[in-house]
Amino acid sequence: MSLLKVNDLGVQFQTHDGFVYAVNGVNFELDRGQTLGIVGESGSGKSQSVLAMMGLLAKNGRTTGEALYKGKNLLTMSPREMNRIRGDRVSMIFQDPMTSLNPYLTVERQMTEVLELHKNMTRKAAKKRAIELLEAVRIPEAARRIDMYPHEFSGGMRQRVMIAMALLCEPEVLIADEPTTALDVTVQAQILSLLKDLQRDFGTAIIMITHDLGVVAGLCENVMVMYGGRVMEYGSANDIFYHPSHPYTIGLLGALPRLDHEGGELMSIPGNPPNMANLPKGCPFSERCSFASEQCVNELPPLVPSTAGSTVLRACHRPAEQLAQLSEEVVHG
Amino acid sequence: MWSYTFRRVLMTIPTLLLVITVCYLMLHATPGGPFDGERKVSAAVMANLQAKYHLDLPLWQQYLYYLKSLLQGDLGASFRYADWSVNDLVAKALPVSLTIGGGSLLISVLIGVLLGTVAALRQNSIVDYFVMLLGNVGSAFPSFVIGPVLILVFAIWLGWMPAGGWDGFDVRYMILPMALLTFINVSTIGRVMRGSLIEVLNSNFIRTARAKGLPLRTIVVRHALKPALLPVVSVIGPLAISSITSAVVTESVFSLPGLGKLIVNGASNRDYTLVLGLVVLVTVVAVLLNLLVDLAYALLDPKIRY
Repeated sequence: MSLLKVNDLGVQFQTHDGFVYAVNGVNFELDRGQTLGIVGESGSGKSQSVLAMMGLLAKNGRTTGEALYKGKNLLTMSPREMNRIRGDRVSMIFQDPMTSLNPYLTVERQMTEVLELHKNMTRKAAKKRAIELLEAVRIPEAARRIDMYPHEFSGGMRQRVMIAMALLCEPEVLIADEPTTALDVTVQAQILSLLKDLQRDFGTAIIMITHDLGVVAGLCENVMVMYGGRVMEYGSANDIFYHPSHPYTIGLLGALPRLDHEGGELMSIPGNPPNMANLPKGCPFSERCSFASEQCVNELPPLVPSTAGSTVLRACHRPAEQLAQLSEEVVHG
Repeated sequence: MWSYTFRRVLMTIPTLLLVITVCYLMLHATPGGPFDGERKVSAAVMANLQAKYHLDLPLWQQYLYYLKSLLQGDLGASFRYADWSVNDLVAKALPVSLTIGGGSLLISVLIGVLLGTVAALRQNSIVDYFVMLLGNVGSAFPSFVIGPVLILVFAIWLGWMPAGGWDGFDVRYMILPMALLTFINVSTIGRVMRGSLIEVLNSNFIRTARAKGLPLRTIVVRHALKPALLPVVSVIGPLAISSITSAVVTESVFSLPGLGKLIVNGASNRDYTLVLGLVVLVTVVAVLLNLLVDLAYALLDPKIRY
């Protein structure tokens, strides 16, 4: 049985203007020690998918489908059962380290409470363990700094604290929701290599949500590309990066700045993401896709293997072969 | 922290001096004097009275006389209550006002924070609507309307409590005035607490706390309460000051022998020393309350250090 299996996950928000369909029919699996990257632009539903799994949706949010953790559905659990799993077996780090730590409590209190709750440790033992974790995420003088408040740490250091806090109970799944977006580039690289090392040491499975394809390439085995609340393409990082076969993935890769060839303008995908309250009848990307046909506008493409027997799943009416030429150009310049 | 407190206390001196001077000038600029009554006094008696209270001296000399006695902790003799010094009058009225005002403020903070918390946690429930209604009624109706209604219902129709007056520290006389002040204070504190807790519960660090698997009780008590209390603390200062000033109304409604009553009588009698003494007292209390609020901030928010 896989550690985490998500079947036909949907997230809807009830608003004054009717339902907003943020996530529609997302499927994926995660095994022990694996890393899955979820990529997509803002509003593609990547964050809402994992927030739904953690039971952290806004009050007006609803879910459909199932998210099985070791066979138990996280979406229908009572808050009590949920609280036994989150923070202990499944934990999460967030995008904005500046506001995700409680400014009114010391780092020590925020870390020890997790161990007191899930591991029944005494405050003293918990503090010792917390210091170990802070050292593991390479915070200098951890034993002294643990008694400080979050505002006494820099942004990068705060994200390290968040990571240490998430790893306290050695979770089986770590969900990282854009953990490097709010940090500057050098700190980003440090945090990513830290996550890689920690995964090696702790054997944690990671779901990495990002809109930065560089992050995915460096860290993930599998990649899921989302658009308009749907999965566009899903496969191994190698396949997705070197043989992208979905027009949206190709567009994303084309929009990456490259150092290895001169000049040339960056490609961009024209248009804007779709309105989630009023999604097109067909493929959500059809409005912006240069390959779109009548069929794409009217008929939702299913997520199926790109060619018979392939491990890459894609949702596109155009056969992969038709896009091979373009894919080649984008990847190899 | 101590040096900050000390500096803040020193700062009260110029504030106080300014308030006294302005008040002194305003009192003396108002037409009429303490001895202008219905009954004519002979010119000789008037001259004697004026001399006794230094009213025959130029204004600046009277002012200096007053400051001098103030420095010695003496608020002077009352012009009107011949046998009373202002100190004695205040000493008699202060406990009454303090019991009613301070007691009701304490109760209001407890009830207000509790109601606000429940309302925030059960948004759009019956409790929430009740707190909102209470907040609106308490802010919309002035105390001189709510007060007489309380008297009408509980003293006249039901006959449970006396309609007013004061008898030693008999609790029965305190209930209605305290209920009035508590009602008004709770309406403010409950509303502020509800709003700030809702806002705090929507913040990112509360989402983190939920992601850690903490039960709701811990999230509210340990993570949300402190930040949610900050706006409440900042309204408590002004509320405490307004309980003193609004005592003018409450104490008239319930005819209580407190500071409010003294101020009204003092002002209409042109009892210069009495009014000035009370103004000095209220100013000192107001400045100290503000200091307390600022110190409470430092206690709640680790980012604030003096």
